[in-house]
Amino acid sequence: MGDVILEMKNITKAFPGVKALDDVNFKVEEGEIHALVGENGAGKSTLMKVLSGIHPFGSYSGEIHFRNQRCEFKDINESEAKGIVIIHQELALIPDLSVAENVYLGNEQTEKGIIDWGKTTIETNKLIQQVGLRVESSDLIRHIGVGQQQLVEIAKALSKKVNLLILDEPTAALNETESENLLDLLVEFKKQGLTSVLISHKLKEVLKVADHITVLRDGKTIETLSAKDGNITEDRIIRGMVGRSLDNLYPDRNVNIGDVMLEIINWTVAHPQIPNRLVANKVNFNVRKGEILGIAGLMGAGRTELMMSIFGRMYGKFLSGKLKKNGHEISIKDVDEAIRHGMAYVSEDRKEYGLILEDSIKKNMTLSGLSKLLKKITIDEYKESEVVEELKVKLNIKAPHVNQKVINLSGGNQQKVVLGKWIYTDPDILILDEPTRGIDVGAKNEIYKIMNKLAENGKCIIVISSELPELLGTCDRIYTLSNGCMTGEFLKAEANQEKLMTYMTRDNRSEVK
Amino acid sequence: MNEIKNLITQNIRKFGMIIALVGIVIIFQVLTGGILLTPLNITNIIMQNSYIIILAIGMVLVIITGEIDLSVGSVAAFIGAISATFMISMNMPVVLAVLLSLVIGALIGAWQGFWVAFIKVPAFIVTLAGMLLFRGLTMVVLGGRTLAPFPTQFRTISSSFMNDWFSGDSLHLFTIILGVIACILYVVMQVKFRKNMKKYNQVVSSPTLFVTKVVSVVIIIGFFAYRLAAYAGIPYILLILLILVAGYTFYMNRTIGGRHIYAVGGNERAALLSGVKAKKVKFWVYVNMGVLAALAGLVFAGRLNAATPQAGNLFELDAIAAAVIGGASLTGGIGTVVGAVIGSLIMGVLNNGMSLLGVGIDWQQAIKGLVLLGAVAFDILNKKKSS
Repeated sequence: MGDVILEMKNITKAFPGVKALDDVNFKVEEGEIHALVGENGAGKSTLMKVLSGIHPFGSYSGEIHFRNQRCEFKDINESEAKGIVIIHQELALIPDLSVAENVYLGNEQTEKGIIDWGKTTIETNKLIQQVGLRVESSDLIRHIGVGQQQLVEIAKALSKKVNLLILDEPTAALNETESENLLDLLVEFKKQGLTSVLISHKLKEVLKVADHITVLRDGKTIETLSAKDGNITEDRIIRGMVGRSLDNLYPDRNVNIGDVMLEIINWTVAHPQIPNRLVANKVNFNVRKGEILGIAGLMGAGRTELMMSIFGRMYGKFLSGKLKKNGHEISIKDVDEAIRHGMAYVSEDRKEYGLILEDSIKKNMTLSGLSKLLKKITIDEYKESEVVEELKVKLNIKAPHVNQKVINLSGGNQQKVVLGKWIYTDPDILILDEPTRGIDVGAKNEIYKIMNKLAENGKCIIVISSELPELLGTCDRIYTLSNGCMTGEFLKAEANQEKLMTYMTRDNRSEVK
Repeated sequence: MNEIKNLITQNIRKFGMIIALVGIVIIFQVLTGGILLTPLNITNIIMQNSYIIILAIGMVLVIITGEIDLSVGSVAAFIGAISATFMISMNMPVVLAVLLSLVIGALIGAWQGFWVAFIKVPAFIVTLAGMLLFRGLTMVVLGGRTLAPFPTQFRTISSSFMNDWFSGDSLHLFTIILGVIACILYVVMQVKFRKNMKKYNQVVSSPTLFVTKVVSVVIIIGFFAYRLAAYAGIPYILLILLILVAGYTFYMNRTIGGRHIYAVGGNERAALLSGVKAKKVKFWVYVNMGVLAALAGLVFAGRLNAATPQAGNLFELDAIAAAVIGGASLTGGIGTVVGAVIGSLIMGVLNNGMSLLGVGIDWQQAIKGLVLLGAVAFDILNKKKSS
């Protein structure tokens, strides 16, 4: 047992209307990797914001001790001075600056007040080596991948004197290999004596690297598990997180598949800026009534691009292809037409593309279906309230009232608001792009149940997901997409992770030519 | 008590402006020894600020979509010049000239909306160009001279009062009657609204608070009607303003079009993916701004009884300031028509009050600048506190 590096005692933090943290205790030992897990809205990020001074001293009650010193951080500079560095889920890099400039942003290497670029480059190169980046220090952030950007953030953290490194969902946007590398890096740091706190939804990762696991639920500390002896299982953690054991993450449903509802024929779309690059290349697929269809593919395979181009030509330049609904060819040129033809698309990025964060739950939920509330020329606001209340109960959205701004909701609840918006339009075809990204197991389970219910009512569901177990657990049929081409089609019974992965990485371009 | 406290903290954005307006009125009423609220001066304040209020209503819509319009002052001047040419040089009938002017305003708005919405040139640039373009065209149309005077009929819009059909003695009876009708309408609407809210299980304020609110609004309406009646009654322009405020408030809050404007400003990409035609929304908001700028230009020309090359100078900044003081956010998605009107009144009362006190135009400018900064800073600090 090492010494305690950080102790947070009886932390309570309230926001208007919600108690985000309620008497939380959190203790980290020197030189360990300590995982912090919990459902969305459990208070993990808030706890870290309290620690780093983003929520300044005085806005919460309780004590923070770091290396046996009582700390009262008023802003992030004070916590960084102590060597507490936090890497947020949303990366804070400037796209049009180089790697070196970003690493030393706010901490510029100067000589008599003038930036010493030579020193900056040399020091950056050392850090690039240390974290295993495969870029030049002069590359622009804009031109490197998300996985590499995450490593730049870590290099940036290391460029400061860091005693405690906090990573908030570092692997959320990374693929498997990148995640693996990142976790190896954390273990490497641990060997060098660096303490880190890892916030993650991916319990496999947590179990792989963490020494201790602290579980938060509804703003309270539930337990701290020691993972050293290796007898902690995912189920054990989930039980702590949701307060019940989740027998079946992927709920059963009565499969009742009917005729083909939507058929896409030779769909070809070009990249919006680069005209000779095809993001969708003669794609053919169909989906049947009551079916849940999966689209598997690596990042950059063109999954989102394909679906957005089908949904009212919202991406790229449409070149050719046919769209048939119930056997009739239809033409959809914008989102409004797509909605009128019974299509709905839930974006992978709910904050950027799904929600108006400053608006209320109510206004967000009815935005796509306002015409249903029309009474002569006005919106029937009483009916609106009624409808939204109903959906709120049906989708189990946790919020005090429907006039709450969605910015104050947790990720899972925000996702349910987006779902609610589309359910209200009563679509025949619902496209879900990464429907459970960044949300906790409990909410995931609820979203699967909603999907099942819609399918049972004869709707078509198309799911795009990076998590293969999710596709295998929920879908009746799965297509694989690689480089804008459909490379395979599998029924649930014949699909497994290895097979899908093989077809997802198969490059079809040579065959097409 | 607790309820009032909650209500104030939750609605400080809305209440802040009203409190500020009331505070400023009281301060100047005391400082000027009661001149501020004399019947004549109240009428003056309304007439002096009418064109800024009209511009602010259009501007707040533009700002809610997340854009800006710097050209409205120049557009107002240009329309003033055009209408003068129609009526004075070409002897066109007044009604036709006014209608044509409004159509030209719409076309100017369409021109700017086209560049902003469809070509995606930043609004700041498009309207900065418009500001120069239409100022230049104003001078071209007027040939550097001033055109005057306008026909009397045209001046009715900006400077005349409604007839007293009940021929009161010292009091303008028609005004009093209109005031009473307004009060009754307000009370009926509030009671009905509250009943409906209860019926649909929405949270309503306590009966005491509700009665206090309704009674104070009725007192204010009554007071102003009485004051206006003591001078010359209701100016036509006030009627136009009331119709505009009511119409635009209704449109923004109760119709799909209004919702779409807020949605586009709040998050354009999310709005697009929800089926809102964001480009069209922006385009029509600019067309609307063009029409209102034209109306403001007509009112201003009528009030001045002349079309001058310098007309409407810095109106755009007054309109933007009014919208922002009234709680609109330049990042889009937030703002109200009523707020913009209150913002214009705050600026208007400041102007008028300082003039009454004999404060020079130099200090007036400086103080207005500080008020603008203070209002926005207060708003931002407030937001931080609540988050």
